[in-house]
Amino acid sequence: MEKNMALSMRGITKRFGSVVANNHVDLDVYQGEILAILGENGCGKTTLMNMIAGIYFPDEGKIFKDGKEVVIRSPKDAFALKIGMIHQHFKLVDLFTAAENIVLGVDEDGRYSMKDVNNRVSAIAQKYGFHIDPQKKIYDMSVSEKQTVEIIKVLYRGADILILDEPTAVLTPQEIDKLFEVLQRMKADGKSIIIITHKLHEVLSVSDRVAILRKGEHIATVNTCDATESSLTEMMVGKKVSLDIDRSEPVNVQPRLEVKELNCIDAEGIQVLKDITFTAYSGEILGIAGIAGSGQKELLEAIAGLQPIASGQVIFNNPKKDKPVTFFHKSLRKVKELAAQDAFHDKNGAPMRFKGMTNAQIRAQVAAENVLFREDEVMNLRNKTPLEIRSLGVRLSFVPEDRLGMGLVGSMGITDNMMLRSYRKGHGGFVDRKKPRALAEEIIKELEVSTPGVNTPVRRLSGGNVQKVLVGREIAFAPKVLMAAYPVRGLDINSSYTIYHLLNKQKENGVAVIFVGEDLDVLLDLCDRILVINSGAVTGTLDARTATKEEIGLLMTQTTTQRKEG
Amino acid sequence: MSERKNITVHEPLFHLAKRAQIQPWKAWAIRLAAIVLGLVVCGIVAFILIERLHQNPDRIDDFYYSFIKGSFTSNRKIWKFLKNMAILQCISLAVTPAFRMRFWNIGAEGQTLMGVLGCIAVAFYLGGTVPDWLLLVLMFIAALVCGAVWGLIPALFKAKWNTNETLFTLMMNYVATFIVSYFLVIWVPSGSSTLGKLKYGKLPSFGHDYLVIILVVLLLTIFLYVYLKHSKQGYEISVVGESVRTAQYSGINVKNVIIRTMLVSGLLCGLAGYLIGAGLDQSVTTESVGGQGFTAIMVSWLANFNPLVMLITSALISMLNSGAAQISQDFNVSGALPDVIVGIILFFIIGSEFFINYQVIFRKADRTAAKEGVK
Repeated sequence: MEKNMALSMRGITKRFGSVVANNHVDLDVYQGEILAILGENGCGKTTLMNMIAGIYFPDEGKIFKDGKEVVIRSPKDAFALKIGMIHQHFKLVDLFTAAENIVLGVDEDGRYSMKDVNNRVSAIAQKYGFHIDPQKKIYDMSVSEKQTVEIIKVLYRGADILILDEPTAVLTPQEIDKLFEVLQRMKADGKSIIIITHKLHEVLSVSDRVAILRKGEHIATVNTCDATESSLTEMMVGKKVSLDIDRSEPVNVQPRLEVKELNCIDAEGIQVLKDITFTAYSGEILGIAGIAGSGQKELLEAIAGLQPIASGQVIFNNPKKDKPVTFFHKSLRKVKELAAQDAFHDKNGAPMRFKGMTNAQIRAQVAAENVLFREDEVMNLRNKTPLEIRSLGVRLSFVPEDRLGMGLVGSMGITDNMMLRSYRKGHGGFVDRKKPRALAEEIIKELEVSTPGVNTPVRRLSGGNVQKVLVGREIAFAPKVLMAAYPVRGLDINSSYTIYHLLNKQKENGVAVIFVGEDLDVLLDLCDRILVINSGAVTGTLDARTATKEEIGLLMTQTTTQRKEG
Repeated sequence: MSERKNITVHEPLFHLAKRAQIQPWKAWAIRLAAIVLGLVVCGIVAFILIERLHQNPDRIDDFYYSFIKGSFTSNRKIWKFLKNMAILQCISLAVTPAFRMRFWNIGAEGQTLMGVLGCIAVAFYLGGTVPDWLLLVLMFIAALVCGAVWGLIPALFKAKWNTNETLFTLMMNYVATFIVSYFLVIWVPSGSSTLGKLKYGKLPSFGHDYLVIILVVLLLTIFLYVYLKHSKQGYEISVVGESVRTAQYSGINVKNVIIRTMLVSGLLCGLAGYLIGAGLDQSVTTESVGGQGFTAIMVSWLANFNPLVMLITSALISMLNSGAAQISQDFNVSGALPDVIVGIILFFIIGSEFFINYQVIFRKADRTAAKEGVK
């Protein structure tokens, strides 16, 4: 390995209010190497890189480029120093072409000629093995194409240090392989590449060295060849973590939720779901895999009653259950009539016909909830509002992808968030905060939520704690079906395993769990079956115990005409 | 590398960082400092603008004394201050439910004016023909209905077609003003368009003329605090305000909540109109509300939409207004000066919120010195 220092940082500190995002971090990057920065969410990886890229300014510390101390006050300074960053959230103008985006903001002498730019973009692409059409508009591009534009944008400005913030989060396994090939070529060309990630196998396969950050501090930098998954995790988390998910065999499997030929059309008239058919069974975890935006969100929302359904059925099979009759829906006369037809029974299952009972006695029996009937078994949830679904007695829990924008109210405390789905309970116009408060305290204790108090706005909590609050509430509802969309996105390893454990426990309790995930390794380890969707249509169902990542990756990009049943 | 010392570094003079949290006393200290600073700047401006001060700098004491004199020096002034504050508080309470829902209703002016018009119309046509108590009840109903209708129209359009409520409510203010002008032309044939004090339909007074109004507004403050904080409807308002998606997820019918909340806002504006019409003026002009519908937005906002805190902010703004008016009277200067003074102080109060949310970190002194060494 060449040992020419490209960039080094000494004693970099950055604080946000009382939070120390980076605490005296020292880091060196050599020319012609791929350095992985590894750490859990919120450990300060992105903050550190943003300071090199000129987005933030360090509170303390020095940065040296090629041995000279430099001050980077803005992205412009960073570019002048040949440092370029590819952000996790792309910063592109949708209406512009690739070449227009690449040249945007570049201050060049001479005449502005789009033709020159196109040629230069093509030349860069050719050199490193990218495939790109400089005249294609951004809105026509796939995620991986957009990423290519971002990378070329940085190369076009002559960067020799490239920072990639979680570049693989949105890519399929095949696209990731391609990206890594390009990175190797750039490395061979003498460029330094810094890649931020929290996926261990990627670190091991692509990087030369790994710098590990934990809670804003630089723990160590090790050569990748000396590292293993477990040694890296230990440094990342600070203690030994078991990376195994216990997957039990499903027991007492029964169809619980049947989705049949579901079609959905969104507000813009685009068909977002096409003939989706699947069954979720009780006691199993059904994984849903697909490239981001393939219709996962719409599918769950259609089931939950939040997305209008154009055609198709959502059938919920409720297990038989005794339910007490009330005078809420039926009059006394109706109850007596139904009793004569043997509709009711007592707690031991014996029929109740109210023979020789006065009206007052019947009323008393009903009020004591001694008069039971068997609830309807099959319900169609199609085009019912969330409120109607709940009032039917369908216990359907939903952990949405957008936690603070949909699942929780960010400015409210845990107590108030507990009431979100149940505040209507009880008579009178006032809310009862006693039970929600008790539930909040229970969840804080059981799931080890770290929060200053039950009334601290949940927005102030860390991602993991926010998710524990949300999942905790949905599980407290004692669901029959539990849908979770990307429940571990942005969570640290410990919190992720807490969530996996909770989902597994629900499965063992006989809940039909639907898990939309993005990390294929996790899907394969956690789920029993995996449903793969692409562009709103099912492309295959796989047995998670035998399937491989490559199989899923292939189905994720396949179109429906090549449909395959697993 | 790190041994290199004297290098040119262009660190920015200061940079801003968001505060994670601030202790309440610190926040209040910043606000207080802002008000003091605002008053100092007012003094300087007044010194430049007012000739008498210019010639006789000792009179700057009088300038600040006038401020207090405006609200507190006599019994009459204190009552008047309390009345002004009560009316402002009432309209501020009215706009609050909608604001907590992030429904930017800037039509309180028009909604209140319609309330005044409604109750005065009843008094004008029925005065003397029905018993006094019945007249007052009918006026009350008319005021509430008019205010509610004026609030409901934009809400229905918002719920049905998602129109922009800010523009809509703003325009409704002008419509209300013109409706009042229209009726004044009909009611006052002389052409002066000034309706004299009506003989009928005056709220009975206990103790003091303004006492009823003040008590009603105090009760309303407590009622609204409980409504927003502890009722199911108040909870729904907060959820819709935070995120419509969350509201849908939790099964709240967002359209109904928008309509219902604007109904509440409109009713309260109507009530304010009743207090103005039946309690104070016994008459209506296009200036009956006098811009308080807009001032109320600021009162509500500064109080962070908390009805109890609003008592403080409405008192503050009322004090500012009467103090500034007193100055213009005492120093015999143009009526625009009070607006200048109020504007300066509000600028400082609102500006102080920035320093509560952000902190300014200055470049460290030793590095500054290092920088100046080399150029």
